Amino acid sequence: MIEPNNSAGNLLIRNGRVIDPSQGLDALADVLVKQGRVAKIQPNISAADVTVLDASGMIVAPGFIDLHCHLREPGREHAETIESGGRAAAAGGFTSVLTMPNTRPVNDNIAVTQYIIQTAHDRSPVNVFPVGAISENSRGERLAPIGAMREAGIVAISDDGMPVMNSNVMRQAMSYASRFGLVVMDHCEDLDLTAGGQMHQGGNAVRMGLLGIPSSSEDVMVSRDILLAAETGAKFHVAHLSTAEALGMVRRAKERGLTVTCEVTPHHFTLSDEDIRDYDTNYKMKPPLRSPADRDALVQGIADGTVDAIATDHAPHAGSDKMQEFDLAPFGITGLETALGLALDRLLHRGHITLTRLIELFSVNPARIAGLDRGTLKVGSVADVTVFDPDRRWTFDVNHTFSRSRNTPFHGYSLRGAPTATIVAGNIVWQAEK
Amino acid sequence: MQRRGLLGIESLSREQIQQILDRAKFYQPLQARTGKKLDTLRGKTIIHLFYESSTRTRTSFEIAAKRLGADTISISAKGSSADKGESLLDTLNTLAAMRPDAIVMRHSASGAPNFLARMLETPIINAGDGSHEHPTQALLDALTILDHRPSLAGLRVAIIGDIVHSRVARSNLHLLIKFGAEVVLCGPPPMLPREFECFSPSVKLTFNIEEAIADADVIMMLRVQFERQNAPLIPSENEYFRFYGLRLEHLQAARPDAIVMHPGPINRGREISSEVADFPRSVILTQVENGIAVRMAVLDLLLAEPRL
Repeated sequence: MIEPNNSAGNLLIRNGRVIDPSQGLDALADVLVKQGRVAKIQPNISAADVTVLDASGMIVAPGFIDLHCHLREPGREHAETIESGGRAAAAGGFTSVLTMPNTRPVNDNIAVTQYIIQTAHDRSPVNVFPVGAISENSRGERLAPIGAMREAGIVAISDDGMPVMNSNVMRQAMSYASRFGLVVMDHCEDLDLTAGGQMHQGGNAVRMGLLGIPSSSEDVMVSRDILLAAETGAKFHVAHLSTAEALGMVRRAKERGLTVTCEVTPHHFTLSDEDIRDYDTNYKMKPPLRSPADRDALVQGIADGTVDAIATDHAPHAGSDKMQEFDLAPFGITGLETALGLALDRLLHRGHITLTRLIELFSVNPARIAGLDRGTLKVGSVADVTVFDPDRRWTFDVNHTFSRSRNTPFHGYSLRGAPTATIVAGNIVWQAEK
Repeated sequence: MQRRGLLGIESLSREQIQQILDRAKFYQPLQARTGKKLDTLRGKTIIHLFYESSTRTRTSFEIAAKRLGADTISISAKGSSADKGESLLDTLNTLAAMRPDAIVMRHSASGAPNFLARMLETPIINAGDGSHEHPTQALLDALTILDHRPSLAGLRVAIIGDIVHSRVARSNLHLLIKFGAEVVLCGPPPMLPREFECFSPSVKLTFNIEEAIADADVIMMLRVQFERQNAPLIPSENEYFRFYGLRLEHLQAARPDAIVMHPGPINRGREISSEVADFPRSVILTQVENGIAVRMAVLDLLLAEPRL
């Protein structure tokens, strides 16, 4: 870890409202951290030889975990590095991130896995957990060495961005992954149905003369994967779910008792295809911004518990790649630094969810899905802590981003609620300016 | 006109369109005269930048500019720096640095001129962008219809063919709706997404050519744009002609004075039979002729009178 500004992970977080859904805790208390682990939670702790963080008026929560981001290293360091992405994550209140395997080379072997883990250890302020590829080179043909990568440190598998089209390969992957207790994350997209598509198939795509990406391209794959998960007993997680139909499928799968989970991104619960204007490529991502009805269904799914996690799908692209014709620009937007603000502003303050539910979505559930011993402040656990102010008003300025890329539609957004401090293993790795 | 340039019909007001059409009517008689050259745009420089092949639009724009006395430069993407890997934005910045008074451009990507207009000061005139808009085509189509009808209001206009890929259809839709015409879109379902109904309540969709033509005042035929199809949308050209090719017998159902239009290039025997293409109420060549008057009007209003 870089720049620990207090030694040995000894920390006292004072006067915060501590909310930890993993132990049913919601109380004004101090949190004492000793040697990087939670030592005590109770009011008015006095301790010597510790750094003190005043959290008066703040929420103190188990550290936030982003199940889905792209740090681009190795291979596209001009867009992002593990260090710059890690700093952006810390500034967004995340203590851990899962990095998708579509690097160059693809994370489909232990050498790349180890490189990511070592680089993160040396340079990232937050924990980085690599996601391994499902198939060699993410070509969807032969399985990658999933077991060896598991031993090297991957926490899930996915061919994110290059989804496995061959249903038999996916079935084998699910079957094999279950032996290692690994969750299979799928970017659910039928590539034949999306070929050439630029934005959600709807009125705005027709008006703009852009080829549409139909909802069915996501729905058929979510449907396929749920059937395969039921057959193989695999743990299946839908990445960046975006349609009302797919949400309904996940709801029914859960009712059947399957271990099916899903995540939704802040841009999908905030924006719709009607927000795309002037061919601005900062609105171009996959899955695309869907209809307002889909967006409203996602908010409902977040509120009623169908959605398990909020994940960013942070996808940095260098300016030169995004400053192009809409047809040519790559898909994806950054999201680490705006996720919590958008969730607080659009979900909490509009009355859709409680603070406890928000912390489940950002911390408890992501830890459970990825099988991490995080997402809790129980005594003895690693002291990854997110401190945030649910009421602070701020405006996101992309000129101050920690990311190496600036491809976000949220520049200039005024939001209510923001992270104030990010603590990894008892060390304050980021703190908001006063 | 928009603040700078002409990107599309959608953002124009009815008054702005009327102003262009009125000016185009002023230029119409000039086309038949000898000694056509004026000095309205003397000293102005216009760059024509075509990233897609074009015969009529490109020639029409160049002639329009020259008849107004402007100096013109014409660039094809082939043989330009686009071949050397330069981005579109860099190419346009380079050209803009030479201080032309306008850039007329055609590009295969929808929205390419909108993207550039956000970055450049130089006025951009859209000569067709992907499947999005082709504003001067819609203007010349309106001018041609008005040669045969006193007004666009209440007319029934059938647009038949590969609607989904057609920038001509979109620009015409915007224009005709603004002037109170009723538009019937017709094509095979894969080429006619139902979302076109979102344009306006006065847009009707049908998959049946007979239904589209019934009582039509104007029949506008479109080419099938095979080059824009990712996967085949229809079984074959023969099957297309069988169900959507315009033949003489179809015209019985239209109004007796209905006109047949086509933006070109036409494919005889694919979307239109040879007999229809050559029949007396086919106004395809009038459209071409009116194209020059319309483009002169656009250039005149945009460049000669900067207050607009």
